Amino acid sequence: MSIVSTLFVVAILGYIVVNLPGWERVQESFLNPKYAAAAWPKIWAAFGRNVALFLMAEVLVLILGLLVAIMRSLKGPLFTPIRGFAIIYVDVFRGLPGILVVYVLGLGLPALGLPANEFFWGLLALVLIYSAYVSEVYRAGIESVHPSQDAAARSLGLSQSQSMRWVVVPQAVRRIIPPLLNDFIGLTKDTALVSLIGVVEAFRRGQIEYAGSFNFTPIVVTGVLFLVLTIPMSRFVDWLVERDRKRKMATAQ
Amino acid sequence: MSHTTGASGRTLGAEAVRIEGVHKSFGDLEVLKGIDLVVHEHEVVCLIGASGSGKSTLLRCVNLLEPLKSGRVIVEGQEITAPGIDIDKIRRRIGIVFQSYNLFPHMSVVDNITLAPRRVLKTSKDEAKSEAMSLLKRFGLEEKADQYPDRLSGGQQQRVAIVRALAMKPELLLLDEITSALDPELVAEVLDVIRELAESGMTMIIATHEMGFAGDIADRICFLEQGQILEEGPPTRIFGDPQQPRTREFLQRVIESGRMGGHATKHFEHDTMSRPGMTTPGT
Repeated sequence: MSIVSTLFVVAILGYIVVNLPGWERVQESFLNPKYAAAAWPKIWAAFGRNVALFLMAEVLVLILGLLVAIMRSLKGPLFTPIRGFAIIYVDVFRGLPGILVVYVLGLGLPALGLPANEFFWGLLALVLIYSAYVSEVYRAGIESVHPSQDAAARSLGLSQSQSMRWVVVPQAVRRIIPPLLNDFIGLTKDTALVSLIGVVEAFRRGQIEYAGSFNFTPIVVTGVLFLVLTIPMSRFVDWLVERDRKRKMATAQ
Repeated sequence: MSHTTGASGRTLGAEAVRIEGVHKSFGDLEVLKGIDLVVHEHEVVCLIGASGSGKSTLLRCVNLLEPLKSGRVIVEGQEITAPGIDIDKIRRRIGIVFQSYNLFPHMSVVDNITLAPRRVLKTSKDEAKSEAMSLLKRFGLEEKADQYPDRLSGGQQQRVAIVRALAMKPELLLLDEITSALDPELVAEVLDVIRELAESGMTMIIATHEMGFAGDIADRICFLEQGQILEEGPPTRIFGDPQQPRTREFLQRVIESGRMGGHATKHFEHDTMSRPGMTTPGT
């Protein structure tokens, strides 16, 4: 029934849009198969850089985010400087517009005489921005593990780091997968930001194709590619959340 | 003093724990106001008293889960409250079991038990596992080895928690109201485990609301009231002839709530001095 009603609504909306007076021109400049076919191989090739950025950044973000979260969770006066450093890092990189971080690293650091590898600086910018977000996700996960778990581990003679490694973090990680994937969807899209410092990835390639033809279709193609990557992730998050909900219901009975 | 017989009939050994002038505060609230207590090897000491009297806090101070405000704790002749001492090394010698079991939910029963032997004592995986299995067998839990904690009943979880503490071969076992969270019909199976441990000579400090059990098992009972040990002595005297009005009041309240049970009621109501444990020597 839901399928029928959905199709019905889509059909009506489609009919209205197609019969609007400007539809022909929109179709010509945004959904032109000729330009799509011409731009596709180049955009598809450039999209490989987005995927590469996204995959490399994801792995690095998982590691750096966890390190920062652990630094923030360390107890005792001895670790105050480490905690302080972690707090400043998160505040700065979560608070700055991503576009600014990309510019500062991609243009500022090479100006200081460091090698001008825009892909590397772009990757580093994404890792620094998203590690700040992800460290907060980890920290929420770590803090959601009841202190009695740590007390039980410590009372058996495990050190603070052993308790983290074997008891607290494994439980935290299980709980944070949905919010973590949420941040990764953001990361996937934001790989387009590195185009600003000269990396020719899918968005930049789409822009170049547009500039050569004054037809917007290449930009639309780029957008579709991003959706193809992010929508399955969104559905996967929904599935995980639903599975978790069902499990909780099952143990509560 | 090194070889005496406790009220339970067990032969007590040398001094195992000495607690001297222990004070503990949470903010402005003083929870322990100068506790002195000496426990000997193979001795079972039960702490009784109302909720908030400081029983749990005292146990948590003994294995340094809570830092002391002042006072000393000496375990087997070593002052564990001395500055610069390696707390992790002390804790592996003192087992504690909590009211809420605190099993690790992401690990199977056997992994719960072998975690500390493997990571702290560096026992090999096979050896740790075979020791865990023999402990589980001893307490009738061997079939649960590969189960996860959420599949077990409360009583089974608490027995696993006891086994987990025993796997570190502690010199001293602290039990913090370990039956308080259990359904009434599951209490007995856990108390049976503790009885067996007492018979095998384990030194224990037990915070409990189970007066009948305390009367059966303890060599000595300490009544705590507002952070102090108000009265201590063998169960026959504490239950049969309490000296302090506050102790009497507390026991009266326990009887009225129907939670006394067993020998303790008998002692308290009829001043009976005969206890089964007193005539038969312990194993």
